[in-house]
Amino acid sequence: MIDLYQSQRAMRNMRGAAMQRGVIAILDVGTSKIACLVLRFDGPERYRETDGVGSLAGQSAFRVIGAATTRSRGVRFGEIEAMQETERAIRTALQAAQKMANVRVDHVIACISGANPRSYGLAGEIELHDTVVTEQDVARVLASCEVPQFGEGREVLHAQPVNFALDHRSGLGDPRGQIGNRLACDMHLLTIDTDAVENLLYCIKRCDMELAGIASSAYVSGVSTLVEDEQELGAACIDMGGGSTGISIFIKKHMIYADSVRMGGDHVTADISKGLQVPLATAERIKTFYGGVVATGMDDRERIEIGGDTGDWEHDRRTVSRSELIGIMRPRVEEILEEVRTRLDGAGFEHLPSQQIVLTGGASQIPGLDGLAPKILGQQVRIGRPLRVQGLPQAATGSAFASCVGLSLFAAHPQDEWWDFEMPMDRYPARSLKRAMKWFRDNW
Amino acid sequence: MQQVGADNPRRDPAPSRLSYRVQRLWLTPLFRKLVRVGLPAFSVVFFGGWYLSEPATQQAIRDQIAEIRRSVAERPEFMVKLMAIDGASGELADDIREVLPVDLPLSSFDLDLDAMKAVVEELDAVAAVDLRIRPGGILQLKVTERIPAVVWRNRGILEMLDATGRRVAGLSMRSVRSDLPLIVGDGADAAVPEALDLIAAAEPLEPRLRGLVRMGERRWDVVLDRDQRILLPEDRPVAALERVIALDAAQDILTRDLAAVDMRAAARPTLRLAPQALEELRKIKAMESGDAEE
Repeated sequence: MIDLYQSQRAMRNMRGAAMQRGVIAILDVGTSKIACLVLRFDGPERYRETDGVGSLAGQSAFRVIGAATTRSRGVRFGEIEAMQETERAIRTALQAAQKMANVRVDHVIACISGANPRSYGLAGEIELHDTVVTEQDVARVLASCEVPQFGEGREVLHAQPVNFALDHRSGLGDPRGQIGNRLACDMHLLTIDTDAVENLLYCIKRCDMELAGIASSAYVSGVSTLVEDEQELGAACIDMGGGSTGISIFIKKHMIYADSVRMGGDHVTADISKGLQVPLATAERIKTFYGGVVATGMDDRERIEIGGDTGDWEHDRRTVSRSELIGIMRPRVEEILEEVRTRLDGAGFEHLPSQQIVLTGGASQIPGLDGLAPKILGQQVRIGRPLRVQGLPQAATGSAFASCVGLSLFAAHPQDEWWDFEMPMDRYPARSLKRAMKWFRDNW
Repeated sequence: MQQVGADNPRRDPAPSRLSYRVQRLWLTPLFRKLVRVGLPAFSVVFFGGWYLSEPATQQAIRDQIAEIRRSVAERPEFMVKLMAIDGASGELADDIREVLPVDLPLSSFDLDLDAMKAVVEELDAVAAVDLRIRPGGILQLKVTERIPAVVWRNRGILEMLDATGRRVAGLSMRSVRSDLPLIVGDGADAAVPEALDLIAAAEPLEPRLRGLVRMGERRWDVVLDRDQRILLPEDRPVAALERVIALDAAQDILTRDLAAVDMRAAARPTLRLAPQALEELRKIKAMESGDAEE
């Protein structure tokens, strides 16, 4: 755990360095597209036109100065499968974004959507030395959490303290300075496969970039898509991507659960391709132009040319009705949503006070999804789009860019994680010079 | 999986690693500034310096500059064709033409008026000179001549001096400038103003005045005809001379047979008789004292 603490801390320092330099890149390596944004941080005053609270309640400390999207290659289920291909795709996106921003960027914050995320709820409890909770006590209680055996080849991605309890008062956001005897905390730990992270790291390093942070795509989509009261009262964000569908559950502005379903829009495309005997590119085109999940009488009469270039007139002049297409798409979408439902049930989503579900991501743009989803996920479903951030091109404001925007917000205001707190004294190696220094600093 | 190592017929939109790095380097502000400002500036300085450091180039540039200057300077507007000398007598004007080393016509750019002024002012007879180039290509010299005030004879050489004692010109014969008073003796030129004061004071003696003699480079003798001398003291000689003139006016002493009036000691003016007068005086004294000897 110490190693993890150090490496995550190093990434935080890198982020600090990037903030000082003022530019940072955001990289979303997805299954269907790779998006890169270049953010410039100038402080909140720079772009404020009027007095008072700035736009986005101060979230607009940054401005998007470069944006680029490229078709993803070599990625399946949100995991990198062909390194060279992916590296080239990442390079394309990074270069285009830097070119648009006209600035060289050295630090990148990336998000990862697949890699089998798994959530753990951790609890820790300590007796306070003093009656007043100090920063050291917070560190100690975080360190006292029982770390589960998440197995070999897993890496901790997020470790966020979710809740503090002092004696019998629970639900404290910040216990420092409060008086009590026993301090307890709940921590949400998210682990993913190490291989996936390492592959991504390697690709980014090959692009001469320093990784300044890494986040789960489900989490950052939730950050950008859920509005404040949804995050407070309890909501789930379903990020329907190309190769995987991320699920994150928020309550009290903290993520308490994240998971991903290894199915997404690309599977719908593959179904169309197989069902209509057309190439994937055509299937994708048909899906985006004519796709839907709820058929009406009108759709029987609407014929879609599906084309082909075999030279066989009969084959190349095939048409299907739109209801046929919907008949292919709907089962797969239903399957995805049902899988999501299963995961939500497994996480105990029905016990939350509010059960708002927000669908986002590229696959959430299927027409009629807002009619289909309530049948499976419950009544409180809406299709969400990410926050608007300053300088983001119009083309990148759609729901497919939810995780990009969320990652920008994450870069600007990361939530406190375990490694943001100071390491407790007794965890330092014995005879550490640092410890002596700390003793001097505290006592003199 | 694609064929490893095979040429991909489809165009890859991704930049190569090299081009990616080059582009990133180009986006580095320092590098950008270096290439866009530093490199051109350096190359201009370097190649310019290298080109200029060649002696042949330097010579060519110098020749070119001289040629351009010459073509401008030799325009007829700038040529000086004539020298006009005002305020100098014919002899002095000839002298000036002789000492000024200019052979006209010459461009006014090549005339160094300050040096010419210095050369002309070195002439003894010139008190001041004013040089300018008048439109029309005329070099105008306005000369102020020194005015001779006295003639100085020293060791057989006659020279004319102005009122400050500066030499104006030599003189072949005294009779040429008999209108000027004469002063004689070593160091007389250094005391010309005093001599002029004395000559002015000796105005009543004018018909008899022969000249002033500087004695021992410190005091004056006034020499009258009949070899009479008035020996003046070193300080306040004019007052002493005026006393003698007053005495002469009262008692006509200078008309008598005196050899010298010695005023060197102010408290005790002394008369020296001529030898013949002295003899006469002795005779009279002897006659007055009775015929003791006879």
